[in-house]
Amino acid sequence: MILQARNIVKRYPGVLALDGVDLDVAAGEIVAVVGENGAGKSTLMKILAGDVAPDGGDLRVDGRATRFGSPRDAIDAGVVLIHQELSLADNLDVGANILLGREPRTGPFLRRADAAVRAAAALRAAGLDLDPSASVASLGMGTRQLVEIAKALSTEARVLIMDEPTSSLTAAEADRLFETIERLRDEGTAIVYISHRLGEIERLADRGVVLRDGRFVRSFERDEIVRDRIVESMVGRDLAVDAGLRAGAGSHHGEARLEIRGLRTIRHPQHAVDLTIRSGEIVALGGLVGAGRTELLRAIFGIDRRVAGEILVDGESRRIRGPADAADAGIALVPEDRKSDGLLLDESISENLVLPGLARTAAGGVIRRPRAERGLAESLVTRMGVRPAIHDLLAGGLSGGNQQKVAVGRWVGCDPIVFLLDEPTRGVDVGAKAEIHALLDRIARSGAAVLAASSEMEELLAVSDRVVVMHEGRIAGTLARHDASESAIMRLATGGPAADVARSEIS
Amino acid sequence: MKRAGKILGVFGLLVATCVATSALTPYFLTAYNIENLLRRTSLFGVISIGAAFVIIVGGIDLSIGSVVALVGCLLPWLLVEHGVPIWFAVPGVLLLGLLLGLCHGLLVQRVRLQPFIVTLCGLLIYRGMARGVTGDQTVGFQNGFKGLRSLVKTRFEVPGLDGFAIPSTLLILVAIATLAVIFLRFTVWGRHLLATGRNASAARHGGVRTDRYVVLAYVICAGLAGFGGMLFILDVGSAQPADFGNFYELFAIAAAVLGGCSLRGGEGSVIGVIIGAALMQVLQNAITLIDWIPDNIQYAVIGAVIIAGAISDEGFRRLLLRRRTGTP
Repeated sequence: MILQARNIVKRYPGVLALDGVDLDVAAGEIVAVVGENGAGKSTLMKILAGDVAPDGGDLRVDGRATRFGSPRDAIDAGVVLIHQELSLADNLDVGANILLGREPRTGPFLRRADAAVRAAAALRAAGLDLDPSASVASLGMGTRQLVEIAKALSTEARVLIMDEPTSSLTAAEADRLFETIERLRDEGTAIVYISHRLGEIERLADRGVVLRDGRFVRSFERDEIVRDRIVESMVGRDLAVDAGLRAGAGSHHGEARLEIRGLRTIRHPQHAVDLTIRSGEIVALGGLVGAGRTELLRAIFGIDRRVAGEILVDGESRRIRGPADAADAGIALVPEDRKSDGLLLDESISENLVLPGLARTAAGGVIRRPRAERGLAESLVTRMGVRPAIHDLLAGGLSGGNQQKVAVGRWVGCDPIVFLLDEPTRGVDVGAKAEIHALLDRIARSGAAVLAASSEMEELLAVSDRVVVMHEGRIAGTLARHDASESAIMRLATGGPAADVARSEIS
Repeated sequence: MKRAGKILGVFGLLVATCVATSALTPYFLTAYNIENLLRRTSLFGVISIGAAFVIIVGGIDLSIGSVVALVGCLLPWLLVEHGVPIWFAVPGVLLLGLLLGLCHGLLVQRVRLQPFIVTLCGLLIYRGMARGVTGDQTVGFQNGFKGLRSLVKTRFEVPGLDGFAIPSTLLILVAIATLAVIFLRFTVWGRHLLATGRNASAARHGGVRTDRYVVLAYVICAGLAGFGGMLFILDVGSAQPADFGNFYELFAIAAAVLGGCSLRGGEGSVIGVIIGAALMQVLQNAITLIDWIPDNIQYAVIGAVIIAGAISDEGFRRLLLRRRTGTP
């Protein structure tokens, strides 16, 4: 065993993040750590990498008890964490990033030739055919991820910890990453791999470890790693399959609540988009990355300027020059990037939940009523199932799934007529995902019109009454629930012709 | 909780400075000196509250001193040199302050210039205007306009306290501070302003008209700077355009930061800012009164105290954070 963690305990205010967790990692194996958001995976990884000090337990490297006071100590011991958010300085070139802080030098002067050789060697080890003098700014996300790995390898890392490495990669980039990971494993590196994407774990992992609520639940050997069994032990219950969620919703929807006529976004001004969503209807917006889904939602909500187009809410044309106008018209948007756009991370859960509806709770729309705000926040925390349900906790302290519940919940209090959501379950664990889906269903049943953009096929199919597929800025086709399938969506998303049945639905 | 801690910290520093000064010099705790301190604190408090608004939305205003100079010099220049009636001159110069703020706000929000640049240019431009308009000559009320000057010169004697009177400027500060507290803590607008400073994008996505709040903060800041400029000139009676109001923006920003405003935006307390402004005045006063501190090092002393305050504040914050999360 290279790395052994025994009985690790970590407390945060109000939460026992880790409650006596063990983890062993041997040379030449890939250990997958899975669990819902908030299960304690990230905390455990930060402890292994010296980012966070544990409150109890032992760490052993090569059998010797160790304490990591900082990430530097961990790196010196050969344990390197590659963060979920990439941390490359894109004003520097690739070689400079790889050797950052460990540049070969003579006195104050950089030994350039030496640096180039070492950076090139690290890039080769990571399986990257890249010139060290290339600029990081010009690289795609997948290549950047591999540069991070090269950086880790240049420190002679023996344990590589990867936290959701594929979250921003395309399928091809991810494949390349997997090949590199497998090769590193075969060369004797120990790899700890965290991902929500169970397909990746089925492919890569030699062993799986499941955490739930800060405790070790069970481990899986290579041949036991099967999606459904992992999900079951992650969640601790049988998941009601989402697929049936909208089955009872019926197709007799009410009046049109949102109508978009001839909308042209700045990004794709050549295409006019028309779309109508009725009361009680959930429309999923599918398409490949860059198809213009986010731009469409932002244009409806007034974040981005529109080149042309009319937006009608309940049959009435509304003038929307900004999000505030949209909110006044009864339109809500839950943005894609909840950390920067969806939440005030440094404010409490309740401050976040009441913000959009603040004027409604205030006397005369101006003077705040703390008791009314508190009541609203408490009821929203309960309705959204935010955990922990401590409403003066900072929103930044919540897990991804619970942050998302707050990002949705801050609009639920305003009873919007039109609910727009951009990737509502990105980076959210299986349990929270089901809760958010159920929430969308409830919102629709209460009579609102829901438009949700998602990159996940399963989600598109599970929660919607209709899938609208975009391709390069235009609506490529619409699929009713009974016609929608992964292949039909993919055909439209890649610019292929719609099936005949589907085409009749477009009108 | 966190805010209360910060205010308590700067308040402790103020009390400690007062106690130390009164132990070192018999002139500190005199009716005349205290009254004078209250008057000066009130005037600086007004412009510091303005600075706090801009800092809360994550901006900065370096032009405060020059707005003080421009408004402060224009008022006697209009009244004395040109015989403009009071009812026109006073609202006119106050409106000028608001308009300058509107320009700052629009340049920051619409043209997307950096606040530092916009208000640095303001600092230069308004100083130049003040000197140009007045021909760089001293302007003053020349013993006239007693009625107008009574706005800041009135004293309310406190019976039983020999010779001590409450200056009218204190009442002006209390009025403005009350309005500011009501705005920030009890109205939706204040909440929106704070949210804008905390994370403008998330606030905007939450339906807050963030652009308006940014502009509003600059209008309030320059408006209060102009109002403060009027109070300052009414107080001192005459001014030289070349140095009237010099460094006042730095005193205002220092008071705001000492009082708990974060330059990252989103945080600030009116009471804290006033205590910060008082601390600056007491320090200056102490240096003047204590014989063995040479007067010409006063900026060095003030700078050292502010940095000490910032260090202890940061240390305190980390201590709290460590207790809560256990991270080193």
